Amino acid sequence: MSYFKPINKHPNLEKNKLGLTRRDYEGGVSTLCAGCGHDSISACIIEACFRLNIEAYKVAKLSGIGCSSKAPAYFLNASHGFNSVHGRMPSIATGANCANEDLLYLGVSGDGDSASIGIGQFIHAIRRQVNMVYFVENNGTYGLTKGQFSATNDLESKNKYGEDNLFPPIDLTSMAIQMGASYVARSFSGDRDQLVPLIMGAIQHKGFALLDIISPCVTFNNHDSSTKSYDYIRNHNEAMGKTDFVPLGEEIKTNYDEGSSVEVKLHDGSRLSLEKTDHNFDPTDAGNSLELIRKKNKEGKIITGLLYVDNKCKPLTEIMDLPDKPLNTLEQEELCPGSEVLEEINKGLS
Amino acid sequence: MENPVKVDPINSLNDFVIKFANVNGTGSASANQMFAKSIFRMGIPISPKNIFPSNIQGLPTWFEVRVNNKGYLGSRGGVDIAVAMNPQTYSQDVKEISEGGYLLYDSTWKRNFNRDDITILEIPLTQLCVDSFTNAKQRALFKNIAYVGALSPLLEIEYEVLEKLISEQFVNKPALIEPNIKALNIGRDYVLKNLPYPIGINVKREDKLKDKILVSGNDACGLGAVYGGATFCSWYPITPSTSVAEGFEKYASKYRVDSQTGKNNYISVQAEDELAAVGMAIGANWNGARGFTATSGPGISLMSEFLGLAYFAEVPLVLFNIQRGGPSTGMPTRTQQSDILSCAYASHGDTKHVLLFPEDPQECFEFSAEAFNLAERLQTPVFVISDLDIGMNDWVTDKFEWDDEQKYDRGKVLKAEDLDQMDNFGRYLDVDDDGICYRTYPGTHPEKGAFFTRGTSHDEYARYTENGDINEQTLTRLVKKFRTASELVPDPIINLSEKPGSSGVIFYGSTSAAMYEAKDILNENNIEVDLMRIRSFPFNLDVWEFIENHDLIYVIEQNRDSQMRTLIMAEGGISAEKLRSLVWFNGDPIQAKFIAKKIYERESQQALIT
Ligand SMILES: Cc1ncc(C[n+]2csc(CCOP(=O)(O)OP(=O)(O)O)c2C)c(N)n1
Ligand code: SF4
Ligand SMILES: [Mg+2]
Repeated sequence: MSYFKPINKHPNLEKNKLGLTRRDYEGGVSTLCAGCGHDSISACIIEACFRLNIEAYKVAKLSGIGCSSKAPAYFLNASHGFNSVHGRMPSIATGANCANEDLLYLGVSGDGDSASIGIGQFIHAIRRQVNMVYFVENNGTYGLTKGQFSATNDLESKNKYGEDNLFPPIDLTSMAIQMGASYVARSFSGDRDQLVPLIMGAIQHKGFALLDIISPCVTFNNHDSSTKSYDYIRNHNEAMGKTDFVPLGEEIKTNYDEGSSVEVKLHDGSRLSLEKTDHNFDPTDAGNSLELIRKKNKEGKIITGLLYVDNKCKPLTEIMDLPDKPLNTLEQEELCPGSEVLEEINKGLS
Repeated sequence: MENPVKVDPINSLNDFVIKFANVNGTGSASANQMFAKSIFRMGIPISPKNIFPSNIQGLPTWFEVRVNNKGYLGSRGGVDIAVAMNPQTYSQDVKEISEGGYLLYDSTWKRNFNRDDITILEIPLTQLCVDSFTNAKQRALFKNIAYVGALSPLLEIEYEVLEKLISEQFVNKPALIEPNIKALNIGRDYVLKNLPYPIGINVKREDKLKDKILVSGNDACGLGAVYGGATFCSWYPITPSTSVAEGFEKYASKYRVDSQTGKNNYISVQAEDELAAVGMAIGANWNGARGFTATSGPGISLMSEFLGLAYFAEVPLVLFNIQRGGPSTGMPTRTQQSDILSCAYASHGDTKHVLLFPEDPQECFEFSAEAFNLAERLQTPVFVISDLDIGMNDWVTDKFEWDDEQKYDRGKVLKAEDLDQMDNFGRYLDVDDDGICYRTYPGTHPEKGAFFTRGTSHDEYARYTENGDINEQTLTRLVKKFRTASELVPDPIINLSEKPGSSGVIFYGSTSAAMYEAKDILNENNIEVDLMRIRSFPFNLDVWEFIENHDLIYVIEQNRDSQMRTLIMAEGGISAEKLRSLVWFNGDPIQAKFIAKKIYERESQQALIT
């Protein structure tokens, strides 16, 4: 058990625009293994929410089952959370989202949760463009059930006991792009500088945002023959250019050379500024993104960064043309047609 | 017409069974419905039943209408008039006709049916329509309307009633009125010129249906959900439940639209499967919207894991189970009451659910709306358990009623103001000692009231715990909540006979119609019985008292294993000898004769001759 507290406990804690400190965004004490990547991701979620001045009570934290799915208990204590059943968080998110689209939905899942038992729901939530941030805390293994292979584990990556993995991995990022996800990024739990802005961008994005975050399982999948170990990721991570999140009304401070950065405007007017390593790469072109992922996979590199974004997509509630007033706030007067109408219906049936 | 009948033709007024044999997908359904409705409009009770195989086009399908002036709406059995429009099934259809009965068939292709005990009515329907219509589609379609037209003089159906039904049906497509009337006339005129009419079976206007409507149970469930304030529906297509969601959409799209914005104050999502359908409805309810899903047996199996979560995490949910024949894919287009146990105890671990058993569409409407109050009051899944017979057939039923004074019961939900007054919010604290705790919707209060919903063991503050004592307390409190539920769910309807010491009868759901008729048959044969119609689970004190007060009780069900009897025995420790199981599970609706016969034989130790 770890009492992993990534943030500074100094009494002069920095305050955000709401007058809140990072501590106000914390959750319960983590019960995950010391060094588990999932805890680092929780810390990044806390950081992103702090920086974006998110009101925690307007956030719903949803998850399935797994070590990763426990994580919502370890950030944003002031938010409601729903730790559902294995692989079924997307359906909870869909229903909750339709009932009240005014909340921010953070869904946390694992690679077992999303790439195996819940792959159907995962795909359909993408396809429906549920407005949420979907974290896959991807460790290539089933942590909670003690180290079985998951469907994202690379073919050549052996398990802790040296056994071979016989089946090829599912690449969640390319699958998500093909299914219509409108914000797709891959990152690494150990790369806080990259991950925090990506989370911030995902939160401000309207539509389905997937963050596929390699998150090493120190207990079951961090050995030398694993391709999801800290060492392996550090050696094979090919980070795309730096991503900066630029809040609404702020100037872009980073100065990249002409043509070497691209700016993506998000729904609320904030922007993501992406440093380009490859001058031909356009993150709003799905074909481009898929090609890049395929190429890097082939080279044995793990490409991380913002892979794809479609800032014009319509989220589910807009597709369904739901009223501005959330469904969960409608009162009986608005809901019940009443006895006179019923009399008319009766007439039509007689 | 040459047709020497060797048996006296049946003579009957306002009391007979007519069966239409058609080919699926040929447009016969609306003609048959028009026939049924015309008799309903003449004030005579009817009970139409669709008998259809699990396919879409080209295979046989039947529509049976029992006309009965006493108002018996259960299936009777036997056929007095067959309208045989499907040569594939001629032999079966003709065999079914009772002695002295009638057969109407399309004599464009003449047949010898080898029955000299029935009256055969030959009408060259195809030929008549070919002569009168040029369009191939119309020729095929209007055959159906033509036989309805022919039945008008034969049975003395008021012709104006049929005409009016046509003009109502096509009020938005007036161009179709004229050809339909023409088709009606083709059949009628042929009879007037060529056949002796009326036949021995007739209808005559009565005044039996004041304040009655004709509607299917699924339509009523959908409407009940609109009235009950459902804003969220998620579903996956499965016969016979699909029309619940469709009914909801039909009425909601008319009566649930914001008058200013024109936007829908509801959403219906066709999910990718039943796991997602129930998950979405749970998510919506967790967030404070009234949400439901509708399914049938196989869907219940898929939803089971989530049902345990909703039970244990105490999230409201309304679920319609329109039962069909099981097990497995079973008889998907036939009726049964065989999911009682799988619903009562759906999911792993110690789970129990609230079940409601409507007997007809009127109760479907009432229970559907009430289910949302119960689910929110009790913070648990509530099942409305109907079946294919109630759900997919039209029934003569009391008109729907709504009391505008009655307010929705949104249950124990804390608002921001309430939380401001409190220092100690515990999601699972049994403050009122009724087993029901207070909940909050996400996003209610900046500092207070947030909690973590989980299916793992939790304490009164919704914190994860592996402390066995605490988990025992939670499970025990849920039993207390279930006891509270028994005081809130609909009471059984008890009907005691005059004679003390009579045997009891327990029944529920779609068995009602046959049971009421069976009781009359038994009474005519000097057997008295006390009736109890169970309308909900958990059982309340009235149920236990009735059982206590009877030495012998027949439990009548449409399943093999007498599931309601098992539930009663399990929940009340009732001895097996006291409860005599009487089951019917062939997939057809249960018949009064069967029930009466079985009870009579046991009560009097002799056979019942009817
Ligand atoms: C229906 C069902 N089947 C199996 C399990 C057991 N189970 C719990 S977590 C888990 C795998 C979790 O793997 P992953 O989602 O990758 O999360 P991790 O623990 O690796 O973060 C399994 C199989 C379960 N809880 N429910
Ligand atoms: S088992 Fe692995 S995934 Fe689970 S907490 Fe430990 S390190 Fe993390
Ligand atoms: Mg995993």
